[in-house]
Formats: sequence, structure tokens, C-alpha cells
Amino acid sequence: MRRRALKTMSLIAAATVALAACSPDDPGASFKTLKVAYQKTDSFTALDTMLQAAKQEFEAANQGVTVELQPIQANDDDYGTKLALALRSPSTAPDVFYEDTFKVRSDVDAGYLLKLDSYLEGWEDWDTFDDGAKAAGRADDGGTYAVPLGTDTRAIWYNRKVLEAAGVTLPWEPRSWQDILDTARKIKANDPTVIPFNMYAGKGTGEGTVMQSFYELLYGTGSSLYDEEAGKWVVGSAGFQDSLAFLKTLYDEQLAVSPAEALDANVWKKVFGEWLPNARMGATVEGSYAPSFWQDGGSYEWPGYEQDMGVAPFPTQNGQAPGAVSMSGGWTLALGAETKEPELAFSFLTTALKEENSLSFTVESSQIAVRKDVAADPGYLDANPFVRDVSALVSVTKYRPATADYPRISVAVQEATEAVVTGTRSPQEAAADYDAAVADIVGAAKTVRK
Amino acid sequence: MRFPATARQLLRYLPVLPAVLLLLVFLAGPVLWAFHASLTDAGLTGRSARNPSWVGLENYQRLLTDPVFPLSVLLTVVFVAGSAVLGQNLLGLALAVLMRRARPLVSAVVGTTVVAAWVLPEIVAAFAAYAYFSGDGTLNQLLGGLGLGRQDWLYAFPMVAVMLANVWRGTAFSMLVYRAALNEVPAEVTEAAQMDGAHGWQRFAFITLPMIRWSITTNLMLITLQTLAVFTLVWVMTAGGPANASTTLPVLAYQEAFKFGDIGYGTAVASVLILIGAAFGLAYVRLLREPRP
Repeated sequence: MRRRALKTMSLIAAATVALAACSPDDPGASFKTLKVAYQKTDSFTALDTMLQAAKQEFEAANQGVTVELQPIQANDDDYGTKLALALRSPSTAPDVFYEDTFKVRSDVDAGYLLKLDSYLEGWEDWDTFDDGAKAAGRADDGGTYAVPLGTDTRAIWYNRKVLEAAGVTLPWEPRSWQDILDTARKIKANDPTVIPFNMYAGKGTGEGTVMQSFYELLYGTGSSLYDEEAGKWVVGSAGFQDSLAFLKTLYDEQLAVSPAEALDANVWKKVFGEWLPNARMGATVEGSYAPSFWQDGGSYEWPGYEQDMGVAPFPTQNGQAPGAVSMSGGWTLALGAETKEPELAFSFLTTALKEENSLSFTVESSQIAVRKDVAADPGYLDANPFVRDVSALVSVTKYRPATADYPRISVAVQEATEAVVTGTRSPQEAAADYDAAVADIVGAAKTVRK
Repeated sequence: MRFPATARQLLRYLPVLPAVLLLLVFLAGPVLWAFHASLTDAGLTGRSARNPSWVGLENYQRLLTDPVFPLSVLLTVVFVAGSAVLGQNLLGLALAVLMRRARPLVSAVVGTTVVAAWVLPEIVAAFAAYAYFSGDGTLNQLLGGLGLGRQDWLYAFPMVAVMLANVWRGTAFSMLVYRAALNEVPAEVTEAAQMDGAHGWQRFAFITLPMIRWSITTNLMLITLQTLAVFTLVWVMTAGGPANASTTLPVLAYQEAFKFGDIGYGTAVASVLILIGAAFGLAYVRLLREPRP
């Protein structure tokens, strides 16, 4: 009996040794692999196309190097989570990855991103990048950690047919919040069944609520979310209350969607796929990428959207300078801080971001160009009739204060809008709740009353 | 050659050793890791991502002052009690009892219908439930067809909607357990009770129920723990909203850990969930241990 036990043990031990021997060897000097992580969805394949092309070109030019593409199928939020989880451990961290501009700062804090300054010096194309866009890849220490792929702006997208039917002069150019309300009321009076002017609210649409609705209001009052110079969060501003009050008016007068629809996370699909194409909605605030949904191969193909839709800058509260307001996000390519092949990884990044690759990516995904040569290319400017208008908004656009506390603050803003449009709190109360929430999140010492 | 008694005793456990090791690595490991992380300020990104520091019970203190946490515990209890202990359990028992009486055809049709919801992958079931309850969903179209008013179920009654969805999805399990249990009740005993003059209802309450009480307890334990952990259904249908009105503990833990990147706080919520599950588990195990009457 004892002998059998010993035999079993030795068998198990032998199996363990044998299995351990199966683990892959350390890749030799002549054989290198670059891991590239990025987002790919049914409606977002432009980046995949771009990286596939870069992979072929790069592997041909660098013998013995394999580029391992790792597409992650997920929406923006889940992609961010999966990427962060992969970055946590050096053994799973990709060498090159697709990174949201508003995560750059906190990921630099976490030590996930490689500082690129020394590499960028030797890359002549870097000078063709727009200065505003370059700032998106810069961290608190002044170093650059990410190279922008493209950016976006936000504007009012309106259905010309609906506005025409209501007797609004086209092109529509609202100069103040009052203009928006007047036009919305006019549309409602003409046909009570259409949704005159939608702006997102509540936690359902998440970051969309703040980027495509609340911040256009807030930054148009002259107030802001964050005092960059002092490094403090703004509380108790009149602009914050005014912005909430404007949303309340829109929802109370049923000029926007119903509160129940607003809180549905899928409401934007109806805006793009149903209400605007079927002329059931007058206007909405959306990103410059809106045409990517309607063009050939988009998720909600709409032949003729070029004629039916119009675009207008979102006005400031009372038309004060600069007259319009927009918000920008955008994505970058970055290198993992622990990459074993920084030179090679950077070289792949430059291949991926060359002029021709950038151009086709920017056009296919309806982005706003960040390379000056791409921005001047006729292929870009004529991609759809709205490119010039939305690109011009870069001059008034704002970026989110993307600190590590930002995701929580953003949710506090979303909660304030939700409380107001559902009628559970008045704008004043909701603003006070927000102030308390901010003090709770960052500590009272990091807030400033303005 | 003979072994000392203790060594022989130990040797007997050898075959279960791999199973125990697997359990330790894949079950106890993550639980311990979660508990450890809940005592740190580990984050998904930001300064504390790579080098989390020890914060002791700070996360748990924060739980006590967080207004969402007590609400979330209450919602979890309501969800488990309403949709598992009452909904799935009683409906499953009722179906099992009725199916014994029904004609084979009726019984087969009902059984298949109920089990169909159960065999769906959770994500598919969740989308089906979302499509059913949403604003333009099937339920509202049915109500509209009957000339009744429409309701925004996921907005006005989010908990009712997710509880009904969970009952729909989970009843099959209880039904199957009870059908098996009822088949084990010897016909002679029931007949003997009938001879003694017990009516249908009395036979059920005093003969059948006591004889299947072990199945009842086991079933309750399984569905309670399953329902405590339900995440996908709630996340897809309401994502915890509106205004946290359906944020059960798993949803809260997910939001904190992954949406806000605060893994320390998220795992603290998860640890509380584990403790609640453990409390339920212990209570049921005690019930099972009680001597037979």
C-alpha cells in the first residue's frame, strides 16, 4: 500500500515537471513580439483597419518581429476597465495601446504610461500635430505620454425638415439659450408629437450626459467645473444652477424626451437611429462623429442625411464671447511603461500614425484631424458636408479636467441633472447636493467657491 | 505492514486532495484576495493603482456613512426575499404540485415553457426581460392592446421589474427540485393519511411538506445564494437606476470597483456581500442539521 502511494506521488511529481517544461521559452533575441491592445466593435472598425495595415507594413520592414493585435470587443467604459486591468500586471500589459485622452493623467499617475519626450524629439512628423491636440497627451509633470489619433467636438445637430415645417429660418444659428427655447417652443406648437430639442440628462447616458449636454451649458455661463490654476473643484457657482434650471425648463415643458426615456442607457440609439432620421426630433446636442452613424456602413445608414441634417454651434448663455461652446475628447496611442522594446514599440506607433494611415482612419471614423497635413487634405475636408463646421469648433472647445477624481465628480453631475429632470429636486437643491458630494469626494480643502 | 491509525486516516483524504486544492486556489483565493484588497486603497488607475497602501478599516467606515449602502442592503434583501424565497420558491413548489395532477400534455408544455427561461444564458435572458419591460416593450404593447394604460416599468417600478424577471428566470430550478422531491414521497404514506381521513390540504401540509423539508431547505439555500449574486440581469435592465432605486450589492460593488476605479471600496462592498451569503448559508446548514422530527 505504501509503495503504491509513493508511486502515485512520484507520478504526480513527474507530471508537474513535465507540464512546467511545456511553458513557453523566453523569446530569443532574433524573435520579438509587440502586443497591441485596442478597441473594436461592430460600429467601430476604423482602428482595426488602420492597425492591420500598420502591422503588415511594420512586420515587412522589421524581420523577426511579430505584431500581436489584441482587439477588445467592448464599449468605451468596459474597454477602459479591461485595459486598466491588463495594465495592472506587467505580464499582461500591452506594449502599445489605444488610450482615452481623459484617462491619460490618471494612468500616468498609476505609472502605466511610458514618457515619450525623448522619442518624440527624433520624429519629424510630430511637428505636424496640432498644439491643442498635443496637450491632450501631456501629464501634470509637463511630459508627453500619448500621441493623439484624432479628436472630436460637440454641436447642435438639427433636422432641417422639422425646423422648416415649424417656420424656422435656415440655416439655424441660435445665439443664446433663449433662442434655443424659442425655437423649441415653436416646433412644439407646430407639431406637439415631435421632440423639439433634446439634451441628455441623468446617469443612464453616463459620460454622454455631461459631454453632450451639461458641460455645453456650464461652460457657456462662464463658469467651469475645475479651476486648473488652483487645482481645485468649483462649487456654489451660479452657472451650475442656471444650467440645471435650463435642463429643467426643457424637460418640464416637454421640449426634450420624457425623463423615463432620458434615463434609458439606450436613448442615444433612438436619437441616431429613429427620431432624427424619421423627422421625429428637431435637434439634439451630439458629437462631431454623428455622421459616422449615418454614412455608408454606419450603424444607422441614412442616405440623404447630408441634405436633411444641419449643424450649428452651441451658443453661450446670453451670447457672450466667444459666442459658442464645445467639448472635446478623443483617443491616443500610448506605450506601456514596462515594455521591453520601447524603441520598437515607438517605431510601430509612428508607422500606425503616418499621414496616409491617419487620413483613412480620421475619415472612416468621422474624427477631427489632429495632423495639419491631414486637416488640409481634400479627402478629409470633403468626407461629409459637416467636416468644416465641426472642425472650426476646435477654436472654442474645452477638455474635461481628467484627474483621477473626475469619474466620481462626473457621476455627481449626472445625478444632479437626473434629480432635476425627474423633479425630485429643484435646481438649487440639486446644486447644493452636488457641492456636498464634491466636498465629500475630494475634501473641502480642494474646492473653491466661485 | 500496517500503518498507524492516524496515518491511515490521513491517507484516506488523498483522493480529495486535488479537489480541495482547486477549491483553495479558485474559491478561497479570490475571497481572501478581495478581503485583503478591501483593507487597502487599491485603485484601477491613479496613484494607488500600482502601490496600494494599507488603510485598515477605512473602507468599511466609509460604507457606514455612505447613504447608498444601507439602501443597497435593503434592496438586496427585498430582491432575495421577494424574488427567490417567495417568488421562485413558492411558484416552483406550486407548479411542481399542480403538474403532478395535470394531464401529461399540459404538464409537458408548462414544464418546457418554464425551463426555457432557465436554459437561456443570463445575458440573453436579461435582454429579453429588458425588451419585455422597456418603454416600447412587449408588456406595454400587450397592455395597450387591452386598452390599459402604459407604464415605464423600468423607470417607475424598477425593483418590481427586475424581481419579476428573476422569478421568470429562476422558477424552473425550484420546480425541478420539487418535482424530484415529490416523486420521492411514497404513495403509501399519502394513502395511509387519506385512509385516516386527511383532506387534500391537510395531506399536503402535514405529510408532503414535512417529508420534503430537506429538499425545501437545500433549494432555499441554493436559490438564495444564486439570487444574492445576480448581477447581469439587474445591470442590463436598469444598471441600478433610476437614482439608485435598483442598486443591489453586486451592482454597487461593480460600480465602485470598475466605474469609479476604486477597487478597495468595491471589494469592501463585495466582502459584505460574501458575509451576508455566508450568514444565509450557515443558517440553512443549521436547519439541515436539526434532527428529523
